[in-house]
Amino acid sequence: MQFSRANWKRLRLTGDQRNVCYPHSLQFYLEPPSESISLIEFESLAIDRVKLLKAVENLGVSYVKGAEPYQSKLESEIRRLKFSFRENLENEYEPRRKDHISHFILRLAYCQSEDLRRWFIQQEMDLLRFRFSILPKDKIQNFLKDSHLHFEAISDDEKKLREPEILASSPSLSGSKTDWESESVYKIPFADALDLFRGRKVYLESGFAYVPLKDIVAIVLNEFRAKLSKALALTARSLPAVQSDERLQPLLNHLSHSYTGQDYSTQKNAGKISLDQIDSLSTRSFPPCMRQLHKALRENHHLRHGGRMQYGLFLKGIGLTLEQALQFWKQEFIRGKMDPDKFDKGYSYNIRHSFGKEGKRTDYTPFSCMKIILTNPPSQGDYHGCPFRHSDQELLKQKLQSYKISPGGIHQILDLVKGTHYQVACQKYFEMIHNVDDCGFSLSHPNQFFFESQRILSGNKDIRKESIQPETPQPKPGVQKAKDASSALACLNSSLEMDMEGLEDYFSE
Amino acid sequence: METFDPAELPELLKLYYRRLFPYAQYYRWLNYDDIYIRYQSFNNQSELEKEMQKMNPYKIDIGAVYSHRPNQHNTVKLGAFQAQEKELVFDIDMTDYDDVRRCCSSADICSKCWTLMTMAIRIIDRALKEDFGFKHRLWVYSGRRGVHCWVCDESVRKLSSAVRSGIVEYLSLVKGGQDVKKKVHLSEKIHPFVSKSINIIKKYFQEYALVDQDILENKESWDKILALVPENILSQGHFYTLQQNFPKYHNSLQRWEYLMKAISLQDSTKNDKCGPCLEWEIMLQYCFPRLDINVSKGINHLLKSPFSVHPKTGRISVPIDLQKVEQFDPFTVPTISSLCRELDAISINDEGKEGNEAESDTKRRTRVSYKKSSVSPIINSPWIQPRMDQSGKLINLPANRSQIFIY
Repeated sequence: MQFSRANWKRLRLTGDQRNVCYPHSLQFYLEPPSESISLIEFESLAIDRVKLLKAVENLGVSYVKGAEPYQSKLESEIRRLKFSFRENLENEYEPRRKDHISHFILRLAYCQSEDLRRWFIQQEMDLLRFRFSILPKDKIQNFLKDSHLHFEAISDDEKKLREPEILASSPSLSGSKTDWESESVYKIPFADALDLFRGRKVYLESGFAYVPLKDIVAIVLNEFRAKLSKALALTARSLPAVQSDERLQPLLNHLSHSYTGQDYSTQKNAGKISLDQIDSLSTRSFPPCMRQLHKALRENHHLRHGGRMQYGLFLKGIGLTLEQALQFWKQEFIRGKMDPDKFDKGYSYNIRHSFGKEGKRTDYTPFSCMKIILTNPPSQGDYHGCPFRHSDQELLKQKLQSYKISPGGIHQILDLVKGTHYQVACQKYFEMIHNVDDCGFSLSHPNQFFFESQRILSGNKDIRKESIQPETPQPKPGVQKAKDASSALACLNSSLEMDMEGLEDYFSE
Repeated sequence: METFDPAELPELLKLYYRRLFPYAQYYRWLNYDDIYIRYQSFNNQSELEKEMQKMNPYKIDIGAVYSHRPNQHNTVKLGAFQAQEKELVFDIDMTDYDDVRRCCSSADICSKCWTLMTMAIRIIDRALKEDFGFKHRLWVYSGRRGVHCWVCDESVRKLSSAVRSGIVEYLSLVKGGQDVKKKVHLSEKIHPFVSKSINIIKKYFQEYALVDQDILENKESWDKILALVPENILSQGHFYTLQQNFPKYHNSLQRWEYLMKAISLQDSTKNDKCGPCLEWEIMLQYCFPRLDINVSKGINHLLKSPFSVHPKTGRISVPIDLQKVEQFDPFTVPTISSLCRELDAISINDEGKEGNEAESDTKRRTRVSYKKSSVSPIINSPWIQPRMDQSGKLINLPANRSQIFIY
């Protein structure tokens, strides 16, 4: 697959023509986009959608879907990120186009593993469900028709004929006269309404299911899920070709491990932590992943490479200087009967390296939650990773009990873990140990946990100078950060255009 | 009825396949060009006949139609050899009702409990026809203690495993194993499937449950019924009163009416469910069909073929006439030995002294066809609804059908 750099195909649409492209505020993403956009826009669209999907996830576990305040919070989030959601608004072309393109870009990033696919599909479904729920009644039929879903509404006479049976079958119908009059009922082949008829939640007659509008949504969503799942599998097959494009590869990898907040690499707090505070800090303000690493280090006087990287960079992020770090690790390793010379030769180099004082002098950034959860899973003898992701349920339960978390809290945490909401589970842990109802932030980085914890414990002093809102990483010209895709982009000529038509083939058979 | 001795089976089977097996109807029912046996294949009916007569299979099970000829499955790329279509089948087995029948248990059946099968056929067949719109349904006696249903509509044969499971779920109301006392729970809204099924059960309930099964005959049996009544409807005090008063009545019918009155008096105040719900829940637990989901959901699942001989009872798996379900009596179904004896009798009467005295039994039997035997009216009754398209042409389908002969 060649990306043609020569054929710039720009779509310049004006006025009504633009609305024809996107007649609805929502869509099933059946057709891939075919215009050209800059790599900068490519990345920013994708990052915005990741933020949106993360917000969908967070809201989905914190509030009841479909009710207030979920509905209004989600709407404001969509509005804030400038995505489309409502019909009948002016100037909807840009948000709809953004919605369209960003979805397809994320397919490239999230098709790569079963976990990523599952997450992506779940959030996209929740987003679609929300948008469908605010679609005005008269727009629904048009939308369904345009999406090639053949659900025909039955006539009023047919409806009247079957009124008692349909009312007795459909739990979603309240039975009130006004509701019944206004509700459309659709006739579809029974096999298309599997989730409804298997539980006897719909009226069947001669092989057809008589489905009220409310239940049509469930069917539509299942259709969507099936199609998206298939599409992701197809996309995954084409991925090797996509990844061989040097412009895209760092970007796509970054996206799926995407962290879109502070990177905690700047040493604002340098020198403010003393070594003898670490033990008590580990129980009060460290997230469980770091707490367990610290405990393992103290007990075994050693940590393997994965643990040293994860914990060492975290310590740097909370403010340890290089000198403190060297002292800290050396002290502990020597307790494990390590020869001081061996430490100096083998380990201190690596510590200096991670502070950017050796070799190519990259100042490594502390790992984000996504990175810890998704990469380098721990094996026997390792203590790194995310306890919510990598510990089995029993062990996790014991650990939480030893941390004196209440049984109710443990139960909630385990439920969240079962639903694979690891970071939200960690937020719950935060709330329990700090005795607050709402942690007030969306956890995505262990250092963020530490920072927020210190904030609460110190009574909110000294926070005005710290910026606590997650920021989009700005390209930092000149600074080489291998893992930061935005800087990778900055190194590239930003006038390079991306011909998205070339990508079309990855999305279709 | 003559007794059946399994030891005679090999000899009897030889004769059965030679003279009694209704190849023409069987072939038409499957309605296929080719039938594959043990990964062999047959181009026409006479080849099938010859092979079956040669093999005299002990048991015939029917499986799926495959993407390729089963006998070539080894030459096909891994994963490409797939089951593509198969009839939707149901298996209703009397042993699944052991907790609610008092006359028999396990493999035994009698005329008192056979009504369960009658009700099952009526309820399931109505739903398959009226709710799901299935047209080609064949009900067959399994040969021992239950019935099977084969649904052969073209669209049905292609249904996925998930949809088949869904159909069984739709048809299921009795849930729970030995450790669950109350197996039927109805909700506030009664789905038309449930109400129609209850109307069918009502026709049989008094005769079947209150007379034949006598479910309120004595303390042991009525305690079981009382265990199904939730405490928020009848308090401990009420239960005690009922138990004291039951012996004063003479039979189950009277006790049932008394029980229903007692429930309805309490109902309106304490229960937020529909009025007659509890009565229906008890009726359903004692009478509603119990399906084995595994039989129906698997496209690869094998099921015993119609017209097979049951190896333990010798009975032929005969079709059941839907017009005469109530009259069907499993104990009058011919066994293979009775059929063979019939053939002997017919040939002696017909042929008189014709034929050599020295002619062996086998040879004599082979000259007489099944058409005169008692299985003949079963075969000739209109149980097959041939699959025809709009113009009346018999639909022929290419078939890579798997069929296992066990011998």
